[in-house]
Amino acid sequence: MEDRRAALPTELVDHNALVGPYPFRRLPDPTPERLVADLERLGIARAWVGHVPSIYYRDVAAGNDELLRWLEPHRARLLPVPAVNPAYPGWERELERARAEGCPAVRSYPAHYGFDTGGPEMRALAAGCADLHLQLVLTVRIEDGRQRHRLDVAAELLGADLRAAVRIHRGLHLVVTNADRGLVEEVHFGATPGEAERLQWDIAWLWGPPDDQLAALYRTVGRQRFVFGTHFPFRLPEAALTKLALAE
Amino acid sequence: MTAAPVAGPLVDVHAHFLHERCGTSDWAERNASRLAAGARIGITVHIASILGSFGHTSPTYFPSPADVSAGNEAMRAIARAHPGLVRGYVTVNPNYTDHAVAEIELGLAAGMVGVKLAASRRASDALLDPVAALAAERGVPVLQHIWQRRVRDVPNQEISDALDLAALAARHGGARFILGHIGGGGDWAHSLRALATVPNIFVDLSGSGVDRAMLELCLECVGPERLLWGTDLTMDTGWAKLRALAAMDLEDEVLEGIRWKTAARLFRLSL
Repeated sequence: MEDRRAALPTELVDHNALVGPYPFRRLPDPTPERLVADLERLGIARAWVGHVPSIYYRDVAAGNDELLRWLEPHRARLLPVPAVNPAYPGWERELERARAEGCPAVRSYPAHYGFDTGGPEMRALAAGCADLHLQLVLTVRIEDGRQRHRLDVAAELLGADLRAAVRIHRGLHLVVTNADRGLVEEVHFGATPGEAERLQWDIAWLWGPPDDQLAALYRTVGRQRFVFGTHFPFRLPEAALTKLALAE
Repeated sequence: MTAAPVAGPLVDVHAHFLHERCGTSDWAERNASRLAAGARIGITVHIASILGSFGHTSPTYFPSPADVSAGNEAMRAIARAHPGLVRGYVTVNPNYTDHAVAEIELGLAAGMVGVKLAASRRASDALLDPVAALAAERGVPVLQHIWQRRVRDVPNQEISDALDLAALAARHGGARFILGHIGGGGDWAHSLRALATVPNIFVDLSGSGVDRAMLELCLECVGPERLLWGTDLTMDTGWAKLRALAAMDLEDEVLEGIRWKTAARLFRLSL
C-alpha cells in the first residue's frame, strides 16, 4: 500500500481514537471528518482509529466494513484499527484483512466479547497478531465507572487480565488504552522486563499536576512505554495535549 | 497547541492544597506543583480548600472538628504566603453545627472568601441551614462537593447531587451555591438539566471528566453567566476545558465571564 504519511509535519500519533455512535449517550459528531479537523486544529499528525459500534457487535465484520469505508477518504491521516472477536467464527479473516489493509493494529474487547485473556481464544488471537505483525489494542474502560449507564455492565480489565494477555504469547505486542496509574504500575512491575517491553500504555487516563502521575510514570516505568492517546470521540482531545505539556 | 499562558485574569474556583498533617511526605511538592502548573496555565487566583487531614487522622469527607480547624488554619497560612494568588474556603463539617459556624466566623474574619462543604451530610439536610444562612448573611458562596446524579450510596461519603443541592438553594434564595466539579464523575447531564431553572446555583467546570458535549450542555442549560472555571485534582483537564472553550467561538465577554469575571463578582475579588 502506498505510504501516504511521509509528508506530515509532526509525528504525534493518537493511538486511541474511534469513530461512530455510542449506545449509552450521544457523542457529538463522532465522524472521521470531525476527527481529521480536530487533528488538524491541534497539530496531531495521524490517528489509529477504531469503530465504536464494533465494541458491542457480536459479528464485528460488518463494523469493520463500515470503518474501512468511512476512513477510505482519510487514509493519509487515519489508520484503521479494526475489531477482532476471537470467540466468533470468521475472526481469522478480519485479522488477515487488517494486515492486507496495512493496519498497524487490531482492537479486541475481551469483557464485551466474552473471552478470557488467559484462554484459548486469546492464545489464538495473540498468535495471529504475532504472525501478522499486528499490535493488539486492549481497552481497560470505555467510560468513567461513575457515569456508566445501568445497562453498560461489561467489566473493566483488571491487572490480572493484562498480565495474562502479555504472558500468553512471546510475540504479542500490546497497546493498552485508558489505564489508570495504579493499573500501569501493577502490570508493569508484575511483568518480567521482557514482557514489559511488549507493553505500551496510552496516556488518556493518566493525570497531570498536582499529582503529576504521567511525569512520575515517565520516571518509574519509562517514557518509551507510553504513547499519545485522546480517546476521541468520548473525550476532549485537548486533554491529552495539556497533560503532555504539563509533564515536560 | 501553544503552551503559553493566555492573557488576562484566570480564577480557579476549585483548588486544594495539602499540609504537613495530611500524612503524605510529598505534601509540599504537590503544593509547589499546583502553583507551578498554575503559572504555566495562567491562573492568577487559586481559591482553595483543605479537607481536614485528607484522610490521615479522620476521613476526607467526614473530617473531625480538630482536623477541620487544622486544615483551615493551614489554608490561611498558604494564602498568607501567597498574597493575592491564593484565597481560601472555610471547610466545615455541618454535623458539628456550632463548630462549623464558629469556623466560618473565624475564617471570614481572617480573609477567607467562601465556604466549602464536602460530603459529610446530604446537601438537602436541615443541618446545613445554619451554614447556608450564615453564608448568605456574609455574602460568600458555598461550594458543595457533588456526585453527578445520586443513584446509590457510595463508600466514605454521604453524597449529594444537583437535586439535593437545589433543595437547599430553594430554602436559601439569598445564598449562592457552587455545584462542585461537573467533570468530577457521574451523569453530568442530569446535573445540568436539574439546574436549568435554579438561579442561585453556579457550576464549576473542574474535575477529571473531559467528555465531549459537556461544555456545550453547560452553556445550554446553565448559561455562561453561571459557569465558573476550576481544576480540582487534575489541572491538565481544567486546562483542556479552557482550551476547548476558547475554540468554541464564544464572545470575548462570555469567555472572560467564565475565566474570571463571574468569580470576581461572586467572591468579591478585586482583579
